[in-house]
This record gives sequence, C-alpha cells and structure tokens, in this order.
Amino acid sequence: MTKAAIPLAIFIAMAGLFWYVLGQMNEGEYNPRDVPTQFIGREAPRFELPDLFDMDKTVRSADMAGEVWLLNIWGTWCPECWKEHDYLLHLARREGVPIVGLNWRDDAAEAKSMLNRLGNPFVKVGFDPQSDAVMDWGVYGAPETFLIDADGIVREKHTGALGPAVWDEKFRRYFRAADEGAAS
Amino acid sequence: MIRALLLFGAIVFASTGLAARVEVLQFDTPEQEATYNKLIDELRCLVCQNQNLAESNAELAVDMRRKTRELILENKSEEEIANFMVERYGDFVLYRPPLNRNTLLLWIGPFLILLVGVTLLIRTVLRRRASEDADIDETRLKEAAALLNDHADKRDA
Repeated sequence: MTKAAIPLAIFIAMAGLFWYVLGQMNEGEYNPRDVPTQFIGREAPRFELPDLFDMDKTVRSADMAGEVWLLNIWGTWCPECWKEHDYLLHLARREGVPIVGLNWRDDAAEAKSMLNRLGNPFVKVGFDPQSDAVMDWGVYGAPETFLIDADGIVREKHTGALGPAVWDEKFRRYFRAADEGAAS
Repeated sequence: MIRALLLFGAIVFASTGLAARVEVLQFDTPEQEATYNKLIDELRCLVCQNQNLAESNAELAVDMRRKTRELILENKSEEEIANFMVERYGDFVLYRPPLNRNTLLLWIGPFLILLVGVTLLIRTVLRRRASEDADIDETRLKEAAALLNDHADKRDA
C-alpha cells in the first residue's frame, strides 16, 4: 500500500462508521439525546397526584404495591403518545397489563377527551401539570414507560413509543414470570 | 433630538421585552437569588440539551427552575439542590460533571488527543530530520562542491 492510500483508507473507514451509526440511529439505537436513567434497580419514587377523572381523588404509586405494573408518561401534545396508544390498549385489554398513566403538562379536558375517543388503557391516570412527579422520576420527554416490580423496584425504562419489538425485548419476561408465579 | 429619544425608548422597550422571557422570581435574600442564578447557570436543560436552565424556554426547564427556587426557599444548600437533580437526571444534568469512572474520558479526552497530536508531531519532525541527514551522499556532495567552485572560478575570472 502506498502512503497516499492511508488517508483514503481512513476516510473510507470513517465514512463507513458514520453510515453504520446513522443507520442504527434510524432504528432507534445510539440516540444522542438519550440520558441513561438513574432508577433501574432502585426503589421507585413515590407519587401522589390528583386523579385526571376526579381531581378530588388521589392516585398513589403505593396503590400498586405487590403488582408488576407500568408507569406511562404521556400528554396529548406528544405525537409519539398518539402513536403508541393502540399498543397500550392492546397491552391493557389483551395481555392484562396494569398501566398507570401520568398525564404530563396537559390540559385536563383535552386529555380526557383523547381517552374517551381512543379508549382508555390506564388503570388510573395521575394529573401532573407542573412536572412534580415527572422530575422525581427523572423524566425529560414523553412518552416514557417504566416497569415496576412487585417489590416496588424499577426494572426497565423505555423512552419513546412502545411497540411489539420493544415489548418482547425489554418487558414481556417480567409478566411471563408473574403469570408462572401465580400459576404455581 | 426627538428621533434620538424615540430610538432610546425603542431600545429600552426592546431590552425589557428580552428580559421578560425568563419569569421574574422573588427571593427572601440576595444570597438566595445569587445561589439561584448560579444553579440555573450550571444545570443543564434535559430538553434542549445544549442549553442550561437559565437559557432554556422549554417547559421542563421552567418547572426545573421553579423546583430550584422552591428548594432554595426551603433553605437547601447549593450542593443539596445539585444532588437533588443528579439523583433524578444523573451527572448529565451538571455542566461541570464530577470526575468519576463514567466521566473520566470526558475529562481527560482532550488531553489524550493533545498527547497523541504532540507525539505524532515530534515523531514526524524527528523522522524528517533523520531522513534529511541520511540523504546526503558523499560523492554527490563533492560533485556539488566542485560545481560551486567551478562557478565561483568563472565568476572571479
């Protein structure tokens, strides 16, 4: 190899690397905006929020103790939340997954009308117009979904819309284990 | 004169418009306000990730500023408030993250690159000097000297 070929080889190698990473980014990998969560393996932060459907009532994280459940942060202003809504409905209705909604920085009337129109996948929906619970959970975008186990420990987090691929990769095993545990 | 006054008024008006972009917050003491300004300057907005809380107009940044103020009014120290944010958002939330295993490369990276650059430079210079020395061939040197002498003789003649 002549000396002139070395810079060319470096250029081609880097171009190939960039090409690969850009391709992976389109698949949802290497997201430069992704901030690793601090909560995996830690006790889930508690929250007490007004119930979206009845502001006099309170939705508490403690209500879910002993269950494997999902916390889904959403808002009507978030396009990806509309995109994942059908899948959340599928999880709630077909797979029997308990999902608590956290309605973030939203207009209560609009949030209710969205759920009435598209269907409500949530066991309960907490209303968080000032990001109080959102900050306690280290959330910075919507949708985000956390999985909390029966001991109240956060086991998984997903940033972005939920779908079958992510479900199978990250979440499904926790529920299969729970089913088996209940059966035995 | 009138035009100058109008211009002055327009500038003042425009600048108050800019200042009003970030909400005005009340503090009990000037020290609290100084702590607040320092903190929002050093904490990163998680939405607009290249802005700090002071610069960002993202809604989450507004709420994080509000939370920062609340904690200050609860007499939490600067360190406690920074820790509060780090517990939730990780070291990424700090514009000056602490030196630990995760941030080691971030801190020493520039120096490593400098070291590599300087090493390459020194090697190139040394190699070039060595090759220049080696290229001088005794017979050719004599030939050159002869030519020069020849030339000098002709000029002198």
